[in-house]
Amino acid sequence: MPELMYREALNQALAEEMERDANVFLIGEEVGRYNGAFKVSQGLLDKFGSARIIDAPISELGFGGMSVGAAMVGLRPVVEMMTWNFAILAMDQIVNNAAKLRHMSGGQLRCPIVFRGPGGAGGRLSSQHSQALESNYAHFPGLKVIAPATPADAKGMLKAAIRDENPVIMFEGERLYALKGEVPEGEHVVPLGKADVKREGTDVTVITWSRMYYFCMQAAEELAKEGISVEVLDLRTLRPLDEEAILASVRKTNRAVIVEEGWALAGIGASVVDIIQSKAFDELDAPVERVTGLDVNMSYAANLENATQPDAPKIIAAVKKVLYRQGA
Amino acid sequence: MEAPAVASPYSKDLLLTMYRKMYLIRRFEERAGQQYTLGKIAGFCHLYIGQEAVAVGPIEAIRKEDYMLSAYRDHGQPLARGSDAGMVMAELFGRGTGYSKGKGGSMHIFDIEHQFYGGYGIVGGQIPLAAGMAFASRYRNEDRVTVCYFGDAAANQGALHETFNMASKWKLPVIYICENNRYGMGTAISRTSAVPEIYKRAAAYDMRGEPVDGMDVLKMYEAVKDAAAWCRAGKGPVLLEANTYRFRGHSMADPATYRSKQEVEEERKGDPIPKLRDYAIKNGLGADADFERIEEEVKAQVDAAVKFADESPEPSLEELWRDTIVEPGEPDVRPRERVLGTKVTNWPSYPSGQELKVTWDLEPREQAELADKKAGLTR
Amino acid sequence: MATPIQMPSLSPTMTEGKIVKWLKKVGDKVTSGEALAELETDKSNLEIEAYDDGTLAEIVVGENQSAPVGSPIAYLTPKGGKAAAAPTPAAAPKPVEAAAPKPPAPAAQATSAASAPVASGGRRVRASPLAKKIAKDRGLDIAQVQGSGPSGRVVKRDIEEALARGVKAPAAAPSAPVARKAPTAATVARPEARSEPLSSMRKVIAQRMTEVKPGVPHFYLTLEVEMDAAVKVREEAKAMELKVSVNDLIVKAVAMAVRRYPKINVSLQGDQVVHHGSVDVGIAVALEQGLITPVIRDADTKGLQAISTEVRELAERARKRALKPEEYTGGSITVSNLGMYGIDQFVAIINPPQASILAVGAVADKVVARDGQMVIRKMMTATLSCDHRIIDGAIGAEFLRELRGLLEHPTRLLF
Repeated sequence: MPELMYREALNQALAEEMERDANVFLIGEEVGRYNGAFKVSQGLLDKFGSARIIDAPISELGFGGMSVGAAMVGLRPVVEMMTWNFAILAMDQIVNNAAKLRHMSGGQLRCPIVFRGPGGAGGRLSSQHSQALESNYAHFPGLKVIAPATPADAKGMLKAAIRDENPVIMFEGERLYALKGEVPEGEHVVPLGKADVKREGTDVTVITWSRMYYFCMQAAEELAKEGISVEVLDLRTLRPLDEEAILASVRKTNRAVIVEEGWALAGIGASVVDIIQSKAFDELDAPVERVTGLDVNMSYAANLENATQPDAPKIIAAVKKVLYRQGA
Repeated sequence: MEAPAVASPYSKDLLLTMYRKMYLIRRFEERAGQQYTLGKIAGFCHLYIGQEAVAVGPIEAIRKEDYMLSAYRDHGQPLARGSDAGMVMAELFGRGTGYSKGKGGSMHIFDIEHQFYGGYGIVGGQIPLAAGMAFASRYRNEDRVTVCYFGDAAANQGALHETFNMASKWKLPVIYICENNRYGMGTAISRTSAVPEIYKRAAAYDMRGEPVDGMDVLKMYEAVKDAAAWCRAGKGPVLLEANTYRFRGHSMADPATYRSKQEVEEERKGDPIPKLRDYAIKNGLGADADFERIEEEVKAQVDAAVKFADESPEPSLEELWRDTIVEPGEPDVRPRERVLGTKVTNWPSYPSGQELKVTWDLEPREQAELADKKAGLTR
Repeated sequence: MATPIQMPSLSPTMTEGKIVKWLKKVGDKVTSGEALAELETDKSNLEIEAYDDGTLAEIVVGENQSAPVGSPIAYLTPKGGKAAAAPTPAAAPKPVEAAAPKPPAPAAQATSAASAPVASGGRRVRASPLAKKIAKDRGLDIAQVQGSGPSGRVVKRDIEEALARGVKAPAAAPSAPVARKAPTAATVARPEARSEPLSSMRKVIAQRMTEVKPGVPHFYLTLEVEMDAAVKVREEAKAMELKVSVNDLIVKAVAMAVRRYPKINVSLQGDQVVHHGSVDVGIAVALEQGLITPVIRDADTKGLQAISTEVRELAERARKRALKPEEYTGGSITVSNLGMYGIDQFVAIINPPQASILAVGAVADKVVARDGQMVIRKMMTATLSCDHRIIDGAIGAEFLRELRGLLEHPTRLLF
């Protein structure tokens, strides 16, 4: 299987889907002649032309809403947000229009659209550019929210998102784009709404998604040296949550740690905890632990930035805590 | 309106049709107001009384397949496009037989069969959607225009400026009709706008922009006929500022204390409905009997609509779990088929992704290279 | 229908209790497990907990009033139930003044009060949901398992260990309340007590002795112990900056002696002799208002340092009247030390259901004869009181001799 970077996997998915379906187009800032702010759309303008790879003005609300309109009448837009921080400007269109069209029209309209872009901390970018905002979108019925961690999932889930009949919010990551991994060629579609056990274990379930996945795997490696067997469950889709997979894993290990880059209050992890406590209470041997970003704005200084985010040592400490091990 | 020296260019049929539609809106809205006071309709209910010409003139000027969408004062346009009055009223009543199964209410009338793509409750929120629909028409190389209504207050939303810029740059076939009824809720537009003449904003985007007398259905008709031709010719979007007046408050909950009774009385003299009737009679394109017959028919139609809504059941509780997410293979709901069992024939259909050939070059390469050359760049 | 809240029996000797303070007032919502009132018993101040959800409908026994065990002290309107009026005050037993004890409450009432989790001297078991589930599935009494999690939470691994060790399901509640064993944090490894009927000989002995000396017929054995080595142990501990008193050493030695002479580790319950499995040593602690005997559980297995810490902690809480019933009930034997008052020798009264008590006096320099020479040694007099119904003189004497050996040669404590 060929090894691709995350951004190359996305590029492949876009190219394949645009090849397959002429209703698919990509719009966003710098996606065309610049070849993408993060090079996801590299070479696509030459391949598909200026009506299908559209350089948008810096008007997130405008081109976001325009794409919703195009989706209402049969096109399948992929809207690249340069980062999700900027997409806050388009939130009205995503939330009040895209997520509600099917409902407001009593089932007459559908809105097959993908909003995608990097979320989470980029690295030394301070507070406005370093936010994990997925819980905001996961809140809204009518949307699907995905956050693949690996290049293979990035490709398979973007393909599934483009084919989905609903608005899909896709969180990528500035620090994920250059990561490499094996990616199946051609028709590789990862169904939305399905979590993935990325590492099997018996002692504790670590539940995560997107970039935090890598810290979790690192922590799992470390813990294995101490004889602790960690199961890493990559949620991949944040709305709808894969309750079945969460519960199955927790029923197996009896302990859970949820690792989330974003803030704790009203975070996705809080909802996962709720699922566990309400549906697997009798399976728990310890309160569910959460490792989240600190409840502060992200700083520029390297040490402050690092301290704000979850990392492997924090995850290891949480795992030991739910295992009642020393050093927690 | 003076009788023209030359014969009227309009057919009797057109004038009577426009009259019937305006009169339907007027009667429908009056009954809706009455039903609101009886507690049959709740929430926000924004009436169209006084603004009928702004809906009816343009609708007669465009084609059946052209798209249309509006803000939350949205009962008039679908009625004029041919929606079933009973089903619109049922939606207002929150009944399962409404166009949106009672899920949308007064602010969210959608009738896709009649190319009415909805009423939107966030001020200015529909403006980008319209550009997107027009974009889709260009993308598919269709000869279709989109007509989008918005209120005067929406002109100050960022969405309008962002959209006008793109629509003009990409020459999208979209007609924006600003219904300037002079008040954004209770605030006069002149109090919140540096330039209260909305049409002037088009100039900033190199876009065609004109004021129109929104109290004259024929002027609206002419303006949109011309604008639609302009759009279809690929010349880009048009902004029309329809100067109009609502005879009622902003919504049913609005006592309208921010304007004088005198002002309202004065404006009522310009009522577009008698204006059209006078014009037709003066031009020999209709007799009193014609109008009386139409009025009787419309009254009966509206009575029937209220009766239909009132006798309709509430939506079933199972409906709660429908229409949030489209399940795989789930078809779209066709309201008249669902409620009345009528076979819907003109539901929009588009070529599949395999059939479609995109020929539009949004930014021709030569054009881009020329720009590069001017800037002394080589890529 | 309002349900009565009864004066709970919070210690085996409690016959009545005094309400110090109501923590809830009439009309307050009450949830199960919530503290309702502070109660003064003959031993400690304790809280009365609600066993039901509801609303406090009426308070029958006011603050600073007493009521016999089992009598209603308040009425609770159950959750969702109608706010029915409590029975008229005339129907409820009148609260009694502190000085006027009533006869014990009817058996049925006493049983119902005693069957509630707290009244039986139990503690709320902290356990993970999973641990509870496994314990239930496997028929394991979770109260018998020591938790290793935070705040003593019983977690899965504790249950697994307990199962591996073969801790049993809860036994049916014994009929006699005194036999109820107070579960404590250390009960896991504790050997079970076993009962056997009095032999006919012992029955006669017991009967005879009781005729002569009604109640618990005591006999007394006294000997002198040379404490030089024991005092040296204390000094060595001090050099290591450890706080160990001579009394701690005595407690440890008593425990070890009991372990070696288990015949002293008995209680008489009805016509059954209970042979205790564990060695729990009580220590008499003088309070301003009286006396209480907190118990060092498994003193034979604990080190001097642990005993010392525990004694001080228990004595401290005893003085604050903050001991829980399970901390001052049960026990194999009690050590009563009046040495600090300069008392040379005294005899102590047995604290039933224990069958013996050791009274120790002051350690003092005395002239004694050793190898025909007069030498000065640190001497202490110890007097053992025994329940002659189940312990005979020879057993007491052997035990006492062993105790002296351990104290005079403390290194033997190591073996």
